[in-house]
Amino acid sequence: MLRFQARKVIVVLLVLFFGCGLALPNLFSQQTRDAIKNGAPSWIPRILLPIHAVVLGLDLQGGSHVLLEIDRSDLLRSQVTQLRDDLRRILREERISFQGGIGSIARGVQVRVPEAADRAKLLPKLRELAQPVGTLGAFGPSSNSTLEVTEQPDGLVQLSVTEAGINERVRRAAGQAIEVIRRRIDPDGTVEPSIQLQGIDRILVQVPGLQDPQHLKTILGQTAKLQFRFVAEPGATDVDMLPSKDSGGQRIPVSRQVIVEGGDLIDAQPAFDSRTSQPIVNFRFNIRGAQRFGQATTENLGRALAIVLDDEVISSPVVQSPITGGSGQISGNFTVESVNNLAILLRAGALPAKMTIVEERTVGPGLGADSIHAGKLATLIATALVILYMLATYGVFGLIASIALLVHVCLIFGLMSVLGATMTLPGIAGIVLTIGTAVDSNVLIYERMREEEHQGRPLVSALEAGFQRAFATIIDSNVTMLIAAVALFSLGSGPVRGFAVVFILGILTTVITAVTLTRMLIALWYRWARPKHLPF
Amino acid sequence: MRLLRIVPDNTRFKFVRFRRFSYPLSAAYSMLVIILFLTVGLNYGIDFKGGTLIEMQAKDGKAEIAQVRSTAHGLGFGEAEVQEFGTAGDISMRFALQAGGEAAQQAVVVKAREAFSANYDFRRVETVGPRVSGELVQAGTLGVVLAIIGVLIYLWFRFEMPLAIGAILGTLHDIVLTIGFFLITQLEFNLTSIAAILTIVGYSLNETVVVFDRTRELLRRYKTMPIDELLDLSVNSTLSRTAMTATTTFLSLLALVFFGGSAIEGFALVMLFGVVVCTYSAMFVSTPVLLYMDVRFGRPESAEEKAPAATKAKAKA
Repeated sequence: MLRFQARKVIVVLLVLFFGCGLALPNLFSQQTRDAIKNGAPSWIPRILLPIHAVVLGLDLQGGSHVLLEIDRSDLLRSQVTQLRDDLRRILREERISFQGGIGSIARGVQVRVPEAADRAKLLPKLRELAQPVGTLGAFGPSSNSTLEVTEQPDGLVQLSVTEAGINERVRRAAGQAIEVIRRRIDPDGTVEPSIQLQGIDRILVQVPGLQDPQHLKTILGQTAKLQFRFVAEPGATDVDMLPSKDSGGQRIPVSRQVIVEGGDLIDAQPAFDSRTSQPIVNFRFNIRGAQRFGQATTENLGRALAIVLDDEVISSPVVQSPITGGSGQISGNFTVESVNNLAILLRAGALPAKMTIVEERTVGPGLGADSIHAGKLATLIATALVILYMLATYGVFGLIASIALLVHVCLIFGLMSVLGATMTLPGIAGIVLTIGTAVDSNVLIYERMREEEHQGRPLVSALEAGFQRAFATIIDSNVTMLIAAVALFSLGSGPVRGFAVVFILGILTTVITAVTLTRMLIALWYRWARPKHLPF
Repeated sequence: MRLLRIVPDNTRFKFVRFRRFSYPLSAAYSMLVIILFLTVGLNYGIDFKGGTLIEMQAKDGKAEIAQVRSTAHGLGFGEAEVQEFGTAGDISMRFALQAGGEAAQQAVVVKAREAFSANYDFRRVETVGPRVSGELVQAGTLGVVLAIIGVLIYLWFRFEMPLAIGAILGTLHDIVLTIGFFLITQLEFNLTSIAAILTIVGYSLNETVVVFDRTRELLRRYKTMPIDELLDLSVNSTLSRTAMTATTTFLSLLALVFFGGSAIEGFALVMLFGVVVCTYSAMFVSTPVLLYMDVRFGRPESAEEKAPAATKAKAKA
């Protein structure tokens, strides 16, 4: 057992050497790694290049982590409003007489149609509104459709959104929202945000190295639904009372009819008004928007326009002359910063639904740097303590265990670098803890050797028995730890997950280093020293 | 040079008999934990309770804690917990969950930033809304339960059921004791604490499995040895390894407590406690449990070989 074929030794050493080499890039700066990446000829596989370093979590490099949630009820409300409009349109188009108005029910609308013939005309039209949802028919046909149309015995026709319909809408909204958020956060491609969907209705936004998290939340928290309407004339019907920024939050009547919406914008840029030198936003419409806007302003000279953002009138300029060129400007009580934000929001487009911030975690860069420093110190001291203790207890075998330990730590870093796993503050704690427990396998083996020697076995046989008999224990104890670590990983929240990754890698690599590397080193020592007894 | 050895060779400590002390002790402590849990309760952090945590550092290095406290109270978000921690000039403020849903929490941060950003750097800001905190509790509990079930299944396959049960009982014992540690010290209980508990689950099982592995081996070797002697022998023969590993782990955790920074001090303290408890429970709690179960039951090879083994033993005698 203590004889190793030279071939095997070379393979193991190569693997370990290569594994540790993977950790090497962590010693280089980002610039050096970029230089290597750009300078290397393309025929060398990427994995052989020292360019992958451990990714630092937001808690170590500083940054913001914001979890947004799509407002389901807001989506449902807009869906029901849509249903009401559709129902009204169909009733009018088909000239169907109905009693009372269009009433509300949970998740939908209802209307009383007394004539059976009318109902027979109405129902198929309503069913056409429904769209199939791309799920399998495991839950029956009704849940496979976005809408449910039912007919009550007394002539009541009900139209409601199904659970599947809401989910489908939420799913689509989330997909769109991710795109919008990406355009908002990274308008000029300078930061590297991570934007991920969590579940069906949550979006996790992580922005590293952020100096001003408030700015991030401001641009994330707004739906940015822009509408151009007219301020209503006295006595007009179909009016919304909206708060106006110009008059300090006072509500003013605004016509419900929308001339142009934000979706028709193709560009928005912050600028300064040449006359008043106030910050403004210049915008341009697409052809459709320009046409409508031109027509509306031509017909309504002298009326006040209402520029509505998220149900607030941000500016209400009076139309002095027809605006037919398709471009215009929004002025108002803006600061330079708010104009910048507004331009970004308008360029990126509106979020498909209201979103709320359900969790925020921000770490300043200073704290992150302090944490790294403290982590390094703790790792060094822990390593030194464990190595000293192992040397004091096992002598030359302690040295072997220490070498295995160092290789082990290098392997963890190397694997983390290649896998792109994130190092977090708890991850550092995991490394330190691993240093403490990594020698356990060595200890199991050594103690077993001692026992076997005490029972009168000759040294070589004791050495072998130590490895053989401790092996089952090592496997059992590591597998149980691994199960706990995997459970930890499945808990899956940011920093804790970082800990679990380190823990799992630590367990996997400890088996390799403690068993294979240690055994080789001991064989080497045996051949070199030709001892009669264990050195401890 | 003589090498260090903390445990003498060939110890013959009666671990199993010690259960007369350890069981009442553990039972009493568990009762205390339950009582404290119901009366005092855990000091839940914002991960589980929701709310806002702000850590800031005075720009000139001197934190006016009294002034910060009165300003924080004046913001109108109810009682704020304000305290100094870590190095001089570090202050942490904690605001309870605000009524008014997810959006209401954001107002706290905005107001606090306005009030303090002139004199303080914001080092850390965490806000957890009511819904997320509820889910984190669920996920945390689920994680611990899943881990235990997973391990139970593995141990059931690798060992026999009695040993699996013994190991799980020991682990549950360690979880209870660790929660007791949180209750007594009123250390904040958050996601990291769940991580600590799961790590302790791993460590606890590790300790027990090492002993039980030996028990299984001895069961095969000594078919007629009385169970209590056999269990004592299992613990004694693995004792020096247990002491070694406990010490190395303890040492590295000690480094973490003293040099790891305030953010992981809590985790490291809990783990320190955990290492002590796990070592204790593997020897004095989960191993003696096997006395009450038929560990030789369901071992076909022992049933077949019992007779010849017995005769062999007699012949030797």
